[in-house]
Amino acid sequence: MNRSMKVSGSILLGIVAVAFIGPLLSPHDYLQTNFDNLLQSPAIGGAHIFGTDDLGRDLFVRSMLGVQITILVAIVASVVSLLIGVTYGAIAGYLGGRVDAVMMRFVDTLYALPFIFFVILLMVAFERNFLLIFVAIGAINWLDMARIVRGQTLSLREREFVEAARLTGVSTARIVFRHIAPNLFGVVIVYVTLTIPQAILVESFLSFLGLGIQEPQTSLGALVDAGVNQMEGASWMLLIPAALLAVILLCFNFFGDAMRDAFDARDKK
Amino acid sequence: MSLLAIDKLSIRYGDSLAVADIGFSIEKGESVGLVGESGSGKSQTALAVLGLLPATAAVGGSIRFDGQELLGADNRALEQLRATRIAIVFQDPMQALNPFVTIGAQLQRILLQHEIGAATDARNRVIDMLARVGLPDASRQYRAFPHELSGGMRQRAMIASALLAGPDLLIADEPTTALDVTVQAQILDLLEDIREDTSLLLITHDLGVVAGRCERMLVVENGRLVEQGLTREVFASPQHEHTTALIKAAPRLTDSGAPAAKRGEGVLAISGAEVRYRSKGGQVIPAVRDVSFSVSAGETVAVVGESGSGKSSLARAALGLVPMRAGRVVYCGDELAADLGDRSKATRRGMQLVFQDPAGSLNPQMQVAGIVGEPLQVHEASLTKPERRQRVAAMLGKTGLSDEFLERYPHELSGGQAQRVAIARALILEPKVLVCDEAVAALDGTVRKQILRLLRQVQEESGLAIIFITHDLAVVRAVSHRVLVMYLGRLVEMASNDALFGRPRHPYTRALLDAVPVPDPENAGGRTTVTGEVPSALQPPTGCAFHPRCPHAEDVCRAQRPVVTDHDGTLVSCHLATELASAHR
Repeated sequence: MNRSMKVSGSILLGIVAVAFIGPLLSPHDYLQTNFDNLLQSPAIGGAHIFGTDDLGRDLFVRSMLGVQITILVAIVASVVSLLIGVTYGAIAGYLGGRVDAVMMRFVDTLYALPFIFFVILLMVAFERNFLLIFVAIGAINWLDMARIVRGQTLSLREREFVEAARLTGVSTARIVFRHIAPNLFGVVIVYVTLTIPQAILVESFLSFLGLGIQEPQTSLGALVDAGVNQMEGASWMLLIPAALLAVILLCFNFFGDAMRDAFDARDKK
Repeated sequence: MSLLAIDKLSIRYGDSLAVADIGFSIEKGESVGLVGESGSGKSQTALAVLGLLPATAAVGGSIRFDGQELLGADNRALEQLRATRIAIVFQDPMQALNPFVTIGAQLQRILLQHEIGAATDARNRVIDMLARVGLPDASRQYRAFPHELSGGMRQRAMIASALLAGPDLLIADEPTTALDVTVQAQILDLLEDIREDTSLLLITHDLGVVAGRCERMLVVENGRLVEQGLTREVFASPQHEHTTALIKAAPRLTDSGAPAAKRGEGVLAISGAEVRYRSKGGQVIPAVRDVSFSVSAGETVAVVGESGSGKSSLARAALGLVPMRAGRVVYCGDELAADLGDRSKATRRGMQLVFQDPAGSLNPQMQVAGIVGEPLQVHEASLTKPERRQRVAAMLGKTGLSDEFLERYPHELSGGQAQRVAIARALILEPKVLVCDEAVAALDGTVRKQILRLLRQVQEESGLAIIFITHDLAVVRAVSHRVLVMYLGRLVEMASNDALFGRPRHPYTRALLDAVPVPDPENAGGRTTVTGEVPSALQPPTGCAFHPRCPHAEDVCRAQRPVVTDHDGTLVSCHLATELASAHR
C-alpha cells in the first residue's frame, strides 16, 4: 500500500459512502419536481446544497443517484468482463493450437465492429433497459481481458509446474483452475481496476448521447448532458456532476496504477 | 603500489549485510580468481569497484584504483575510468549487447564516445580487435547483429568490447557460466591469451576454472573473505574450513563414480527415437535422430551433450511430453502410446520428472503440502485428507525436510529445499523411472552433493531407474552407471561410466572430457582440443555431424554418416573408432 493508493482509495470510499447514505438522509426525492424552485443555485446550509435543476429537482440527491448508478454500472460491467474474459482467455491459451486460433479470430472480429453502432443495434433490437448497458459495456471490455489472459496463459502453460502436473495426470480442468487461474490473479486484478474507469467513461458517454440511462433514473453522464443544456444560466448543473466524474475517474486511475506497481514489485521478488 | 586495493569494503542493503569487511589487492598484470557460492557477495564486490551498485546500497570502506579513491568519486570520473581503464565482461552477453545495433557499431561507439585514438581509424581498430578475439571473418561479423552470432561468438564480441580501450583491469563475472563446456574452454583460453599485461579479476563459482587460470585466489563466504593466497597453495593446504568444503564439494572426473548398480530387470527401453520440431518459418528441425537406449531397475543412465544435442527432447519424448515421430517406448514390457494423453494412469504414475529450475517447477500459489500431495489426489483419490498429509510429511522427511515445511510457499524455500520438494513430488507415487533434467545444474556445489546423495539413497532403497540428463561431466562421473553421449541429435558414444571416462573412444567424447575444468592446479584440464561450436540443427553437416570440429576428420567422415558399432561393449558412432582406439592406447 503506497500513498497514492491510500489517498485515492479513501477519497473513493468517501464518495461512495456519501452517495449511498446521503440520499437517505435528505428530505428530498430524486423524482420530486418542484416548479416553484426551478434552477436554484447551490447554497451551503440552504435547502438544496447543490441547487436544483430545470425541473426543480434536488441536484444533490440526483448527483448521488448518478454516482450510485455510474459506479454500479462500472463494477457490474467489470465483473462481467472479468468472468467472460478470464474463462475465454484461459481456455484459448491453455488449449492452444486450432482452438486458440478460432477463439481469438472471433475476438478479432468483435474488435472490428464499431462499438457505438453495436450499442445502437442492441438498443433498437431490445427494449432499453439497465441490463442492456451492463451487457453492452461488458461485451466490449471482455475482449481486452481475454487477450491479456490468453497471453499470460500461453506463457504459464510452458512453465515447469504445469508440465509436472500434466505428467502426473492432473486433469485439464484442474490444471486450468488450480495451476493457471491463481497465477493470473495479479495481472487480472490490476487490469480490472484499470477497466472500471474505462467502463465509467463508456457509460457516461452513452448516457450523454442519450443512449444510456433513461429519465427519471440518472447517471453522471446523463446529468452532464442535462447540465450542458443549462450551461449559460445554471453552470452548477454542469460543473457539479462533471467534477464528481473527474474526481472518481482520477481516483480509479491512481488506484489502478498503484495496484500495478504493487504487483510488479511482488513479481520481481 | 597495487593497481587495485580494496580495504574494509562493506555493502549493506537495509538490515542485511551483503559484503562485510572485504580487503584484497590486485597487482598490475596479475590474474586473481574470486570464488564463492551464490549470494556470497562476489558480484557485489565487482559492482562496487565499477561504481554500479544500486542507490539503495550503503557502501563503506575504501576502494583505491591506481591510487585514486573510487568510493564517493563523482560519476563523471567513474565513467571515464570505466570507459578506459576498468572493463567488465558479464555472464550473459545477450543482455549486455544492444539487439538493435550491429556489433561493429556498438564497439566503434566506445572508441568515438570516449575519443580514444583517431576517429578515422576506429572502424579498422574494431575489426582488428574482433579478429584478435577469434571471430572468423571479422569484417563480416562487424556488420552482424547480436542475434546472428552464437553464444560463444557473442561472448567473444563482449571481450573485444571490453578490451578495446586497452584497460588496466578486466573484471569477468562468471563469463562462461552460460556457455557449453567446449566453448567455455575456448573462451577461458582466449581471456588468458589476449589480456597480456591487463590484470584480470575472474569471478566464478567453479573452482575448476580458477585452478587452471589464476595465479592467486580469494574465497568468500556470506560476504566475508575467508581465505586468500596463491592458487597452488590454497588448493594444496586450504586454511579455512569453507575452502576445504568447497574443494571437497567440487566435482572431479577422477571420482570413483556411483557404487555398482544392483541392476534389476529392464524397465524402460526406447528404440529408434525420432523427434522433430517445426520452426515458425515451417522448417523442420530434427532434434533427435534414431536413438535407442534402455534403463534397468536400480540403474542410472546419464544422457550427456551440449546445448542442441537433443538430450532433453529424448527424455521428454520418452515421457510423452513431446510427440515422437518414429520409434518405440517400451515400459515394463508394454509398448506406450506416443502421446501422454493416451497413456494409462498406471504408466503415468510410473515415470516422473525433476526439472532444472527448482523454483519454476513449483506452483508459486500452492503450499508445499498441496504441491507434493497433488499426485496423490489424482492417483489415490480414496485417501482422506489426514492420510494424505501423513504420506506427504513422510515423503518430505525422506528428502530431508521437516514437517514445518508443509505450510511454506515456494518463495520461502531456498534452491536446495525447493529441489527437495520437487523430488518429493516426483517420488511420492513411487515411480519406477525418474528423469532428472539438469536437476542439479542450478544448485551450488555443496547443495548439489546433498541432492545427488539423496537420489542415490532413494535408488538403493527402492531400485529406482534414473535417467540423468546433464551437460556436466563431473556430475555424470559421480552418479551414473552408464553414459549416453549425444551430438546434434545422434548418439555418438554409449559406454559404462569407467569405460567412458577411462577410455573415451569418440573424438567428441574426448574433447568433452578435456574441456572440463578440474579443481586441481597441477592438472587443471579445461583445455580444448576442438574448435568452433555446435552447428545449427537446421543444416547439419554432411556425413558425420562432428567432422567440421573433429581434429581427426578424414574424407570418409565428410562423405558418409558413420553407423553405431560395438567395441568391447562400448557403442561408438565413428568411422575411425578402431584406429583412434589403438593410436591412443
